[in-house]
Amino acid sequence: MYRYDEFDQTLINERAIQFRRQIARRLAGDIDEDQFKPLRLMNGLYLQLHAYMLRINVPYGCLSANQLRRLAHIARRYDKGFGHFTTRQNIQFNWISLTDAADIMVELAEVQMNTIQSSGNCVRNITADHYAGRARDEIEDPRVWCELLRQYSVLHPEFSYLPRKFKLALTGSPHDRAAVAVHDIGLRLHHDIRGRPGFEVIVGGGQGRTPVIGNTIRQWIEPRHVISYVEAILRIYNLYGRRDNIFKARIKILVNAIGADKFRKLVDTEWEQIRDTDLQVSTAEFERINAHFLPPDYENLTDQDDELATIRTQEPAFDAWMCSNVAGHKVPGYAIVNISLKAPGRIPGDISANKMEHVAELADQFSFGELRVNHRQNLTFVDVRQVDLHCLWKQLVALELATANIGLASDIITCPGLDYCSLANARSIPIAQDLGLHFTNSGKLQQVGNLTINISGCVNACGHHHVGNIGILGVNKRGKEYFQLTLGGSADEHASLGIRLGRGLPRAEVPGAIERIVDTYLATRLDSETFLSTYERIGIEPFRKAVYDPVNPSRRVA
Amino acid sequence: MAKILIANRLSDGLVVFYAADGSWVESITDGQLSYDDATADHLLAAGLADERDNQIIDPCLIEVTENDGKLIPVDLREVIRAHGPTIAVDRTI
Ligand code: HEM
Ligand code: SF4
Repeated sequence: MYRYDEFDQTLINERAIQFRRQIARRLAGDIDEDQFKPLRLMNGLYLQLHAYMLRINVPYGCLSANQLRRLAHIARRYDKGFGHFTTRQNIQFNWISLTDAADIMVELAEVQMNTIQSSGNCVRNITADHYAGRARDEIEDPRVWCELLRQYSVLHPEFSYLPRKFKLALTGSPHDRAAVAVHDIGLRLHHDIRGRPGFEVIVGGGQGRTPVIGNTIRQWIEPRHVISYVEAILRIYNLYGRRDNIFKARIKILVNAIGADKFRKLVDTEWEQIRDTDLQVSTAEFERINAHFLPPDYENLTDQDDELATIRTQEPAFDAWMCSNVAGHKVPGYAIVNISLKAPGRIPGDISANKMEHVAELADQFSFGELRVNHRQNLTFVDVRQVDLHCLWKQLVALELATANIGLASDIITCPGLDYCSLANARSIPIAQDLGLHFTNSGKLQQVGNLTINISGCVNACGHHHVGNIGILGVNKRGKEYFQLTLGGSADEHASLGIRLGRGLPRAEVPGAIERIVDTYLATRLDSETFLSTYERIGIEPFRKAVYDPVNPSRRVA
Repeated sequence: MAKILIANRLSDGLVVFYAADGSWVESITDGQLSYDDATADHLLAAGLADERDNQIIDPCLIEVTENDGKLIPVDLREVIRAHGPTIAVDRTI
């Protein structure tokens, strides 16, 4: 993974010193909250319902075991002993004291981490496929480009005051695990007809109160031009994006207002002027960064299908875990292992300091000391020897980190909701806990198969509800929590937005409604059809009827 | 309905309530209640002064009900601020 050079390190160190002074001035009353708030937000420090919340960047999801140990230490020393991994591959701490914030930045800088631009109207943490560099279907590792774009966009003077926040996501695989179509800019590496790798550029996607699937404004661009092209997009957005209305300030609104064609023309005209400047990525620069992403020292191994098959028949629990949590690897004899942070009844994405330390040990032991945070709020070891899978599984079982549910109905994305977030309308975590327990206890998890349920506590959609196969959105009706359901969303290469099922439901009716939706699917699916395929075939009506006009309404109460 | 003045303390961000002695306390039980507009106005003015004095942020009057000596805000959001997340905050997770 990328290691800071002296420039990165100096910048991060100086930033901590600067923030310490800003905090001191605030505490002394030299500046007021209106003056201080933008400064703390630029360092990822929010004020939430209970205290200050600190958001720490995990660049494109890559984390070392030592960094995870430091996060554990921060959780224990400065917070309540746990952290929360988010859909943007970051980690948040919920009870941070302003008087500790600068010390924490120093602690982070020591392990090459920071909080810069984790909030504010600037380019946020760039996210990527968590299997980057390892997936079997991958064309090229996107992390080099993520890192080049990160260096380019951090503290870029021209783009520090954009009309609104700006999110980029990259994937190098045909199968999109990074939800690139719902980002301000999504970049997808693929081959052109001559077999040359390049980026498809998708612009103006997003979630929030106005969900939009992005438009492809360029089918293919040579990777060395990707920075200048991103700059051209940022310039057009910076110039024409609305600043008068916060709800209309994202790039998606601009692209929709003037049309994708006109937007592309503006970008291309701008790009012509800068494409051959030093924004072009030279081979030397590419090699310099790429050196950080070279594969680790793999052993010469062979796939262990037969050996594993024997254990799998003997141990059904191991088999279930292999089915859902383990993915194929580019290199023979290796595997990708997902660690579920969604044990039934637990808080999705939360992990204690103790467990962080155990996971760090396991990463050292089994995966070259590195791991990934993925946007579904789980962790991933990307380089596990297949011969070690059973041993790793047993250790994860002991830690309650081996829940076999990746991609299944209890692997629920959940924003912090009203339990933590000052913008929330309703609580999302308790719904996730309840549904997770329900699906596990009903024994239907494997039978239902792949199903994404995503929950947000308000229209901001941090919990990706628009792109969940089943989306749950918390709303506030006359002071009470209600939940609107959407069906048919998806965040992969066939991205789609969910459609609203009907009127909002009180909290107690949500689990029963979800159960009836799933039962409708089970009763109508053909062969191995996924939930999404069945939905696309039969439409929303049968589900609507099942929820609002059920034949057998008295089934389950929360 | 009874009202109480809630804010976040500047130094650590924790939720605090305005007490009768003019200090800010972490437990809602120790906060000063107002039952009439005049007291409420007085509380808010004191809160705004303390905000200018950089002790607290966002002072705001909220409605509370009293139940068996327990103070419970009317708005769920304020219940959660006063009493913490409704989910178990489990350090061993
Ligand atoms: C401090 C708590 C948070 C605040 C104040 C907050 C605020 C917001 C707001 C205002 C939006 C809407 C932006 C727009 O439509 O222009 C948004 C979107 C989003 N947030 Fe959050 N958020 C918070 C926590 C989180 C967490 C915990 C996650 C990850 C689990 C997250 C991930 C996202 C994502 C993925 C989106 C939608 C993508 C987009 O269109 O920007 N946020 N957030
Ligand atoms: S979706 Fe709403 S409630 Fe959930 S974290 Fe985002 S802003 Fe808060």
